[in-house]
Amino acid sequence: MENQLLVSSSPHVRDADTIEKIMWCVVVALAPAAAMSIYFFGFGVLKVYVISIAAAEATELLCLRWRGKPLSRAADGSAFITGMLLAMVLPPSAPYYCSLVGAVFAVAVVKHAFGGLGCNIWNPALAARVFLQFAYPLRMSLSQWSVPRMLWGKAAEVATMASPLAKEGAAAPLSHLDLLFGNGVPGCIGETCKVALLLGGLYLIARRVVDWRIPLFYIGTVFVLTWLLPAGHDAPAWAADPFYHVLSGGLIIGAFFMATDMVTTPVTRRGRIVFAMGCGLLVALIRRYGGYPEGVAYSIIFMNTFTPLIDRWVCPRVYGSRTPRPARRQA
Amino acid sequence: MAKTMTFPVGGVHPEEGKDRTSGLPIRVSEPPGEVAVLMAQHIGAPARPVVKKKDRVRKGQLVGEAQGFISANVHAPVSGAVKAVEERIYSVTGRRVPAVIIENDGQERWARGLNEPQDVESMEPARMVELVHECGVVGLGGATFPSHVKLSPPAETPIADVFVNGAECEPCATVDHRLMLEHTDDVVDGLKLIMRIVKAPNGYVGIERNKPDAIEAFRKALADEASIRVVALQVKYPQGAEQQLITAVTGREVPSQGGLPGDVGCLVHNVATTLAVRDAIRFRRPLVERALTVTGDGIENAGNFVERVGTSVAGILERQGLREGANQLILGGPMMGIAQGTADVPLVKGNNALLVLRGARIPPQRDCIHCGRCVEHCPLGLMPAELSIACEKQDWDAAVELNMLECKECGCCAYVCPAKRRIVHMIKFGKAELRLRKARAREGS
Repeated sequence: MENQLLVSSSPHVRDADTIEKIMWCVVVALAPAAAMSIYFFGFGVLKVYVISIAAAEATELLCLRWRGKPLSRAADGSAFITGMLLAMVLPPSAPYYCSLVGAVFAVAVVKHAFGGLGCNIWNPALAARVFLQFAYPLRMSLSQWSVPRMLWGKAAEVATMASPLAKEGAAAPLSHLDLLFGNGVPGCIGETCKVALLLGGLYLIARRVVDWRIPLFYIGTVFVLTWLLPAGHDAPAWAADPFYHVLSGGLIIGAFFMATDMVTTPVTRRGRIVFAMGCGLLVALIRRYGGYPEGVAYSIIFMNTFTPLIDRWVCPRVYGSRTPRPARRQA
Repeated sequence: MAKTMTFPVGGVHPEEGKDRTSGLPIRVSEPPGEVAVLMAQHIGAPARPVVKKKDRVRKGQLVGEAQGFISANVHAPVSGAVKAVEERIYSVTGRRVPAVIIENDGQERWARGLNEPQDVESMEPARMVELVHECGVVGLGGATFPSHVKLSPPAETPIADVFVNGAECEPCATVDHRLMLEHTDDVVDGLKLIMRIVKAPNGYVGIERNKPDAIEAFRKALADEASIRVVALQVKYPQGAEQQLITAVTGREVPSQGGLPGDVGCLVHNVATTLAVRDAIRFRRPLVERALTVTGDGIENAGNFVERVGTSVAGILERQGLREGANQLILGGPMMGIAQGTADVPLVKGNNALLVLRGARIPPQRDCIHCGRCVEHCPLGLMPAELSIACEKQDWDAAVELNMLECKECGCCAYVCPAKRRIVHMIKFGKAELRLRKARAREGS
């Protein structure tokens, strides 16, 4: 025994949860919404998923190899999530090379260029989405979006609409129930079936992978502000309906799956509330006064940037002291 | 039944691992043929050896004299001949310190005047503290802070609440549980003596709810005591940390930046320490043995044993038997215990558990993913991951600003970390490094 004694620091027991378990748990949580997206938009989107995930994993392997890290890390699920999430926030009509370029950009530039998992500043999938928006404005544009298959009712009424949040075009013919289930709702591949997303989100909360404060305060802020902020007179009728705002666009997928990305959000509970409310404020402002109908992606990317600052300002109160940080002592 | 109490922030629920030994009564082991009594086995100044080679010593005789107020006496755990005064490894620091090696003559003869009933009823508190000092009592929960210091609170911070800490939140440790069951009345007696010394009106016995029999035993023993309450504590690590226990029961917080329980009118002693204080006062019996739990999946015969201070750990392992694949030896529990590089270390007063693990390995570490679990689970409101990274970078200003010196190394952060980061390791490194730099700066100036 003597010469093989393992000397290590306490604690000598560790919780069973690992990065891998957390990541694959998110993949499982995304699965119902992904399945619904294939129902809505056809098998074409399956190809988007496959290309996006395969490109993300391949890029991950190359980057790991280049950086001299163990290749086994490609199996930790993080690149898989990035690929999957990216596919889910692309328009169904986006050409395949968009998902390819986006996935490579997400993993190589947004993640590994900053030091790999844990060191990135922005959510890789979202940053790639924004990158694609600038790189292929036409391909990613609303008018190109395809018509989803219906769960019930007839499709004809919504055929001309690009997004439920489009400011021009027909008055919204979509009921809250349609929006909740994604019935006839145009939009990005994985964002339309709110029920499936909520199911996955609640699973992540129950599994304690996601802090419930973020979706609650994010969605809550959007709800309150779209309710209170005055809409212009030329605005469509739904613009003053907070339920319509909450159930439209990428808010639900963003609030449960992207604003909750551990790496790019604050570590303290109160910090997460600040972060989520900041996201909500931005979404409300962009949707109400901005020239862009959505705003979820930008709000999260914007607040990601502030995460280190929030972590610095909003610290827990140290036991036995009144202030978060006791006065600096001489080192 | 009173409502269960706990500390409000942080904490974890590691597997308890207590079932194997919690039902086994404490057995008194045969004294070993040789003991190595370390001069430095407490917080504070090391004791100075007062015997030399070939001296004959009796059991309980002073062999190391306390140096200054914050220090503790050490005594001969056996009668016999001093074989040598030489260095041995102190399991807590891993450093070699002077030790008195005594060959046991098997006579078990106590030194004159020791181990005899004292007239406690008329005894002055000052005399009681003197006896505790003389008998070398230190905190037996692992902290080894000299007890006479705790029992001499400054006049400006009177003690109102005295605690017996029976939380025993450290996984695998069951010895306090057994002591509480087997010596219930003695623990109560010890608590009353401590309350008498510091003139405190209120006493508490805090026990985690996973020891319902102990709670029951104290409820029965204290049925007629208005001034002492039994407090059932929620099972949550580190419920037995002094600060957490105080906050759980009183709602008060021990001030940060070096505050003491006395600052909020509290005084906490672990179960075994309370018994040692009682032994010192009632019988003038020096602290020469202690009860500990020997367990872990690498141990063949687990149990709770009374061992003499200075007993060789290797000898205990040999007696209890090791299983195939045993590769980690820990003095203390799995959350805060210290892994040893050799079994050739003598038992010290602070060892409450001896753990042998099989197939132990250090999990590979990944970059921090900012999940915030360490922050959420830190009972002290620190930001452990960030702090450990500051230590890793040797950015001492940042580390101190992130409250490195507040950290008690309870291990909740590293326990929950999904990236398996060595958070406590780096914080320990940081503290040691900072201490070293300060010492060097003092020397330099």
